Amino acid sequence: MSDVKFSIDGQEITATAGEKLLWVALEHDIFIPHLCGIREEQRPTAGCRLCFVEVEGQDRPVTACTLPVREGLVVKTRSPAVDRLVRTAFELLLSDHRLQCGKCPKNRACTLQQIARERGLKLKLTRLQHLQRDMPPVDDSTAVFAFDRSRCVLCGQCVHADQQVAKVGAIGFSCRGLNRTVSTFTGVDLEDSPCIKCGLCVKACPVGALYFLENK
Amino acid sequence: MSILSATETKYQALREKAEAKLAPLAAETIIWIGTATCGKAAGAVEVREAFKAELKNKGIDAEVREVGCMGHCYAEPLAVIAKPGFPAICYGKVDEGLVTRLVDDFLINDDPCYEFALVALEPNDVFPTFSDFPRGVYENKMILEQCGFIDPEDIDHYIAKDGYSALAKALNTEPQQVLAEINGANLRGRGGAGFPAGVKWEAVVKQVEKTRYVICNADEGDPGAFMDRSILESNPHLVVEGMIICAYAVGAGHGYLYIRSEYPQAIRRVQTALEQARERGLLGKSIMDNGFAFDLEVFTGAGAFVCGEGTALINSMEGKLGMPEHRPPRLSTAGLRGKPTVLNNVKTFAYVPLIMKKGADWFKNTGTAESPGTAVFALAGKVENPGLVEVPMGTTLRQLIYDVGQGIPGEKEFKAVQIGGPSGGCLPEASLDIPIDFDSLKEGGAIMGSGGIVVLDEDDCMVRIARYFLKFTQQESCGKCTFCRLGTKHMLDILTAITKGEGKLSDLETLRELAEDVQVGSLCNLGRTAPNPILTTLQYFYDEYKAHIEEKRCPSLMCPDLIAYFIAPEQCSKLCNACVGSCPVEAVYTRDDGLKAIDQEKCVKCDNCLKACPIEYNAVIKLSPPALLAEKEGSTK
Repeated sequence: MSDVKFSIDGQEITATAGEKLLWVALEHDIFIPHLCGIREEQRPTAGCRLCFVEVEGQDRPVTACTLPVREGLVVKTRSPAVDRLVRTAFELLLSDHRLQCGKCPKNRACTLQQIARERGLKLKLTRLQHLQRDMPPVDDSTAVFAFDRSRCVLCGQCVHADQQVAKVGAIGFSCRGLNRTVSTFTGVDLEDSPCIKCGLCVKACPVGALYFLENK
Repeated sequence: MSILSATETKYQALREKAEAKLAPLAAETIIWIGTATCGKAAGAVEVREAFKAELKNKGIDAEVREVGCMGHCYAEPLAVIAKPGFPAICYGKVDEGLVTRLVDDFLINDDPCYEFALVALEPNDVFPTFSDFPRGVYENKMILEQCGFIDPEDIDHYIAKDGYSALAKALNTEPQQVLAEINGANLRGRGGAGFPAGVKWEAVVKQVEKTRYVICNADEGDPGAFMDRSILESNPHLVVEGMIICAYAVGAGHGYLYIRSEYPQAIRRVQTALEQARERGLLGKSIMDNGFAFDLEVFTGAGAFVCGEGTALINSMEGKLGMPEHRPPRLSTAGLRGKPTVLNNVKTFAYVPLIMKKGADWFKNTGTAESPGTAVFALAGKVENPGLVEVPMGTTLRQLIYDVGQGIPGEKEFKAVQIGGPSGGCLPEASLDIPIDFDSLKEGGAIMGSGGIVVLDEDDCMVRIARYFLKFTQQESCGKCTFCRLGTKHMLDILTAITKGEGKLSDLETLRELAEDVQVGSLCNLGRTAPNPILTTLQYFYDEYKAHIEEKRCPSLMCPDLIAYFIAPEQCSKLCNACVGSCPVEAVYTRDDGLKAIDQEKCVKCDNCLKACPIEYNAVIKLSPPALLAEKEGSTK
């Protein structure tokens, strides 16, 4: 693959043609919010809708995780349109995320907090109501880690770690729409699943949905 | 040249055989019953059985056969009687009583019972034909022409009416010429977006990969839309022929019809069609002895609306979760199993044989310059004559509703027309003169969609309509992307609050912002178009939203939480108890003076008392906001 030259926020960058912009930007310490992006994936999920950037010549923002870099590309990571979409997507995610950072094991290391800090977004709901819905109880059946679905943002990092890295297949996505969730096959407790407790999924979780049980 | 003549010889043989088989029918009495799903729902099966029983009992030599849908839903069940010596006559709203009458008077005694006839199918001196009615004047049937007039389960009917001659013609030319003809016709995809079919096909042709697929998208899921089902049930071979021609043009060896499982009769009839086509060498290893190999099979969808979206459809066919993917890659470069794939709607394929047969110029003579051809609509809602209609592109909404559909029943006021289903929008009176084509409708805020049209009158609350469609898309959201999964839920929650009188004016701003962001930010077109019903109603019917919020009033008296039922004592009669008996929760009671009243605490707003109240009293009225009740009750006590 040949190298291409292009710019992000005015900074000249050289990278391999076809690489997805998100990863190139991150490598150059240019922050773009993202949750679901997985570099190795041939076909990105493009589900979290946070990594919008503006590309010169395109009338609406595009997701950086799906944008192959090419010669002469002119990218801006911030614009009124981008900021508006990111703000809404972020608030939508917060509206379905248990917001008690003080009690969360991921406090100060959470990607949501990082995005809020970088983009000047509030970690509370300003326009929307918190979605009231029944959540299954925390699955703390294993001695090593626990899974709290009320904090899950459905990014799929844990599923990738479990299926593609650890090659275990204990968890996956199930159900559709608002009920979409990460679960074990048929929803049994993690302890009763093929989980080998390698902890890769916990390390992959960008929020506090999967966390190690330190004092159990 | 030997290959070419082989194809022609083969077609001639098929044609002659079909014609020879059908020729004797002209001398027989035949009763055709419309048994598409719509006809069956209206009682066509009972009518068919009644005819059979009557014929047997009275020893009459006549045949009962089934056809598809003629598109005149308002008159179902339909029966056509073709008796030698008479023009074929179509009867509407047939029931068992009329069956007996027709058999006795027409079949035995030669009186065609014109008082029950809907229309004659061929010109004659006695009874009008379809073209004598306003609808017939505006309609221009291309792909629906044979629907309801041929037996969908007998390929010979299709062949005898020139069927598969377009395929023979296509096989006699080079694939590039077929492509040029489709490109020349500017045939735009009828699934809703209006993307030129020829461009799609060409993109597949350009691929290096030689394994290619042709897929017909028959996952018609819009509430109120039934065009694709009707075509597949009434004339499946037209679509099959179009697909084979497409496969020849793009060099595909295999194809699928992706039909939703909720269409069992369409699936059955298509399967029958495929078997018969295979028997006659129209599918298989060497189609019409031309050497071109192609076969088709049916793939049954599992009922997810989003699987009508191309990438989700492919995922579902590959056994994965039926969820959309980011594009590109487009299906033309990496579709089914990663191979180049043509995916077109049922109607798009149905035009193909006609264009091949009659030429691109013939096609472009109808419709507008940018959107040639016809548009097929499932016309429903508050119109006198709902049905499946086919009009030239460029026909205005006004002509469609008032001339083809014969206007709004019951002298009610027109309010809006919802076009394009859950992805479409609601257009007001002022937009009625918009010509129907892909581009004009988009400018108005609606979309062509796959062709569902619902007419709304003064009794329809626009907030509730928006909520109805949002509820549908919210339930059908696959949940993969943030905007659609959560955005549709929040929009639905806001709309629900407004219909309950719990909305705030600031909600409207939030609603608009959310709608615009979901439109731009969603992964696939389900999410991107889901806000259209909200944005168009906010644009054209803002006052209705405001009335719900500021006055707690539903102007159309439709939202249950914002209305109260009241019995006007000055109109009520002591002699009548109709409303009392109709109430399922005993909210209606008899006052000491014998007149009736409603216990508001108990009332569940089912509307039964209003319907039960005899027309001479008309005493039950709806009030909005419910606060008006105190005033009314105070003045009459």
